[in-house]
Amino acid sequence: MTVALPSKRTDVPVIEVKDLWKSFGDLQVLSGVDLFVRDGETMVVLGPSGCGKSVLLKHVIGLLKPDRGRIIVEGLDITDMQSHELKELRMRYGMVFQGAALFDSMTVGENVGLPLYEHRGVRGNELADMVESKLRMVGLAGVSHKRPSEISGGMKKRVALARAIALDPDIILYDEPTTGLDPIMAEQINELIRSLQREVNATSIVVTHDLHSAKFTGDKIALMHEGRIEFVGTMDELQRSDNAAVRNFVARGRPASFNGLLPKDCDAFE
Amino acid sequence: MRSSSPTPASAVESAGFNAFGSIGRFATELVAEVGYAGVLFWRSLISLRRLGRSMPLVLEQARRIGIESLPLVIITSTFTGAVTAVQAAYQLKEFVPKLYLGTAIYKSVVIELGPVMTALVVGGRVSASIAAELGTMRVTEQIDAMDAMGVDPVRYLTMPRLVAALVMLPVLTVFADILAIGGGFFISNASLDISPTTFVEGMKVFFAAHDVMGGLMKSFVFGGIIALMGCAAGLRTTGGAVGVGRSATRAVVASCVLILIGDYVLAILLFQIIFPG
Repeated sequence: MTVALPSKRTDVPVIEVKDLWKSFGDLQVLSGVDLFVRDGETMVVLGPSGCGKSVLLKHVIGLLKPDRGRIIVEGLDITDMQSHELKELRMRYGMVFQGAALFDSMTVGENVGLPLYEHRGVRGNELADMVESKLRMVGLAGVSHKRPSEISGGMKKRVALARAIALDPDIILYDEPTTGLDPIMAEQINELIRSLQREVNATSIVVTHDLHSAKFTGDKIALMHEGRIEFVGTMDELQRSDNAAVRNFVARGRPASFNGLLPKDCDAFE
Repeated sequence: MRSSSPTPASAVESAGFNAFGSIGRFATELVAEVGYAGVLFWRSLISLRRLGRSMPLVLEQARRIGIESLPLVIITSTFTGAVTAVQAAYQLKEFVPKLYLGTAIYKSVVIELGPVMTALVVGGRVSASIAAELGTMRVTEQIDAMDAMGVDPVRYLTMPRLVAALVMLPVLTVFADILAIGGGFFISNASLDISPTTFVEGMKVFFAAHDVMGGLMKSFVFGGIIALMGCAAGLRTTGGAVGVGRSATRAVVASCVLILIGDYVLAILLFQIIFPG
């Protein structure tokens, strides 16, 4: 599946994860993950909570260093990059964190404006206009003066989205974008992710345990199970697959080995 | 004879109290924290070249570390000065001329009590608040978010706090020195039967500018300890709300311990090597 067809733009690999291993103490979280995301594609990494999806995502942006394996982004090996090299690269990323991770010492507008202020040197009215236009893209015009503590969970996720697209990134990473939201709000976020993909045309990885969200947002689905990718394909292929872990997840929302016993939360280590 | 009866030592140990073990753990943890604080110090120095752009952040921290600590410093230093006067008068009694009360108060305040008391009370207040703030940011992934957008958390969070503390601690210490001497002066007049002229005369007799300078240099170092230990504990936080609480405690304990150890080292360095006179 890694055969590149040079005539089609979508076959250029933007993110390539090769045999990634990571453990925290005694807990083996990733055991040989391979992932290949093409230009402009939205890859959904599906799997139960605590199976290492977020850890994988943090490796892709260089927040965590692997024990073994390589991460190649747009042809550049980022595995052993120093922080100043990573900094350049990270301006081309946008990341939406699980709990939105808005800076609560700042207003909504300052949150969205921080990357523009820091990296583009945008100031004053121009900054306010750009922030407002980003907030409008996520359907939140006129809230830039509010504090993150004054807005709802769904709005926080949307502000986090606006902040992630502030620098018009080539790559957007979503860590559980719909977790903790009611079904209606989750649906809105899914639609927003879809429409942002059309508007900014970025390559995306969406990490989720929500099958519905995966169906709606993903071009391709990768199912993660016990620290590896068990399956990669379209949603149709996923539903037709006879892989045991896939069938179990599709049927019950989690692979067989996790039934009745939830794994230790590996996110707690980071 | 019952063989199962526990010896006192094992009973204490089974209750979870192992003095040597806990001292060992405390020491290793402190060394690890100081090591990380050293890394933060170095990276803050490197990020100083972007001090201009970070000036609003530095001023905000200066307000929080300096101005908001002032009421606490006013109360502690005034009473410290007053107590010093009472105790000194009691110790000196008839054996030493009253003239030297002013000398004793001024010397002990500017060299020792002003810088150290200020650092301890401000350190408790400020390092805990830095650790809790940065710790919360760590566990809610705000630090990761900052990193992910290519904004260096050390430049954005640590460096402004370090610069603000380095500047504000000496400033607070000047206030503390003045108020403590003022407190001593007031008590000497009001209840110890020492006239203002005698008190001031006593201060003048052995006045040395390097006493004041040495004291302020100490407070400069203490400022660095407070900010760095707060940041180190905060950024190393793991494990949710409980972790944030632990980090705040670690920050206060580490900064107080280091202030007292640092005070000893600086006493030798400043008053035996740099200003031996």
